[in-house]
Amino acid sequence: MVTSRDDFSIAIRSAFLKKGVKQKFSLLALIIASIILLSLEAINSKSLNFVRSAIKDVIYRTSFIASIPGNSIVPVFTKIQNYFEVYEQYEIVKSKLQQLENQQNQINYLKIENVKLKKIIDDTDIYDYESVITKVLVDKKSPFLKSVILNKGFNSGLKKGMPVLDGPYFVGRITEVNYLSSRALLINDLNSKIPVLIEPMGYQAIMSGTGDKPALLEFLPKNHQLEAGSLVYTSGTGGIFFPGIPIGQVELIEKKFHIKFFSDLSQLYLVNVITSKLIGSEQ
Amino acid sequence: MVLLRKNFVSRFFSLIPLLILFFLAFSETDFNFEKLSFLSFNLIYIVIFYWVLKKPDILGYGFIFLAGIVNDVVIGLPIGVSSITYLILAGFAAYVRYLTVQPSLIYDWIIFVPSIAVTNSVYFYILRIFFDIQINYITLALNTGITILFYPVIGILFSFLANIIIKEKNV
Repeated sequence: MVTSRDDFSIAIRSAFLKKGVKQKFSLLALIIASIILLSLEAINSKSLNFVRSAIKDVIYRTSFIASIPGNSIVPVFTKIQNYFEVYEQYEIVKSKLQQLENQQNQINYLKIENVKLKKIIDDTDIYDYESVITKVLVDKKSPFLKSVILNKGFNSGLKKGMPVLDGPYFVGRITEVNYLSSRALLINDLNSKIPVLIEPMGYQAIMSGTGDKPALLEFLPKNHQLEAGSLVYTSGTGGIFFPGIPIGQVELIEKKFHIKFFSDLSQLYLVNVITSKLIGSEQ
Repeated sequence: MVLLRKNFVSRFFSLIPLLILFFLAFSETDFNFEKLSFLSFNLIYIVIFYWVLKKPDILGYGFIFLAGIVNDVVIGLPIGVSSITYLILAGFAAYVRYLTVQPSLIYDWIIFVPSIAVTNSVYFYILRIFFDIQINYITLALNTGITILFYPVIGILFSFLANIIIKEKNV
C-alpha cells in the first residue's frame, strides 16, 4: 500500500472525482445530488409533493411485485409449522369456547344495560365510525423503523393522522398519504407516542414505541398503583384518535411497565383505517 | 450463434450484482430476521462495497444512487439518506481500490470495518440531527457488527461469481 501524502490525495481525487470506464457520473456529483434531494425534503410545495407522491406510488407498486416471490415461500413454512400446532390449539380453543359462551351471555346483558345508560347520559357511541379496509402492500420489517405501506391513498379518503386498526385493536396511524398508497407508522416504532387510558384504574399515560420490545408506559401519575394485566385503550386526549380503542395489556418487565399489544404487528395483512372525524377535533 | 450465446451468458452474470442490489432495495427481503433481530445484517452494504472494490464497471454509481432512493421510499426515510450512505461506502471502496496493490479478502474485510462504521454513523446522524428520527443505536451497532462478520462469507460467494464473469468474458 502506498503511504505518501501525494498518493493519498490522488487516491481521494480518483475515487470521488474520476469517472470509471463505464461510469456516467462521478461519486461527488451523486453525493451532491443526494444532498440536494435531502434538502428538498424540507420544502413543502404542492408541485414537489405531487412529484414525490407519484414517485412513491410507482416504487411501492414495484416493491409489492418484487416482494411476491419471497412472500410466497414464507407461507409454505408457516403452514407446515401451523399443522403441527393445530391439535394442541384445538384443545385449548375448546375449553376457551366454553368460557366465552358464558361470557357472551354476560356481555349481551351488559350491552343492553350500556345502551340504556348511554341514553341517560346522552353520549355518542365510540365504535360508531366509518372505516376503509386496506391491504398491507409492503411490510419491510426493518429492525429500526416500524411502518407498513397500505394500498389506499387520498383517492379513498385517507388523510394524515387517521388511526389504523387491526380488527378491533389499535395498531398505528397514517403518516404519509399518496394518491394510491399511504404509510402507517406502527405503535411499536420508536417515534410513536400515543396518549392512552389504563383501565380499571383510569390512569392516563403516554405509550412510547420501543422497536421490537413491548411499548413503554411513560408519564404515569405519581404514586400510581398500576398492576400487570390492566387493559390499555386510546384515551382520545388531544382529539386525534377515538377514545376507547383497545391496544393491549400492561406487563411488568425489569421494574418498568410495558404494553403487550393485542395485535401481532408483524402479521398485519388487512387493516381498517378510521376515516370518520372525531367530534370536536379538527382532523 | 455461439457468439450471441456467449454475449448473453456473460451479460447475464454481469447483471447479477445489479439485480441483487435492486431486489434488496425493492423487496421486503432484508435479512432482518424478525425473531432473531440480533442476526439482522445489511446485505446491500456488502454488495456495494464488494463490487465497487472488485469490479466497479459492474455496479455503476448511478445505480447505487437510484437503489438508495428506492430503499428510502420503501423504508419511509427522507429521500436521499440511503443514497448518501451508499455513495460514501462506495467512495471508501473506490479509494481502497486505488491504493491497493495486492488485493486480498482479509485486507478488504479489515478496511470494511472503518468504512461501514463511518457510513452508519453518517446515516445515524443525518436521521437524528437533521430529521429528528429516532433510531435505536444498539440495534444499528449490532446490525453493523453482524454485517462485518458476514462480509467474508458473502465475499467468498461473490468471488465465485466474479470468477465466472471473468471466465465467461474470456471464453
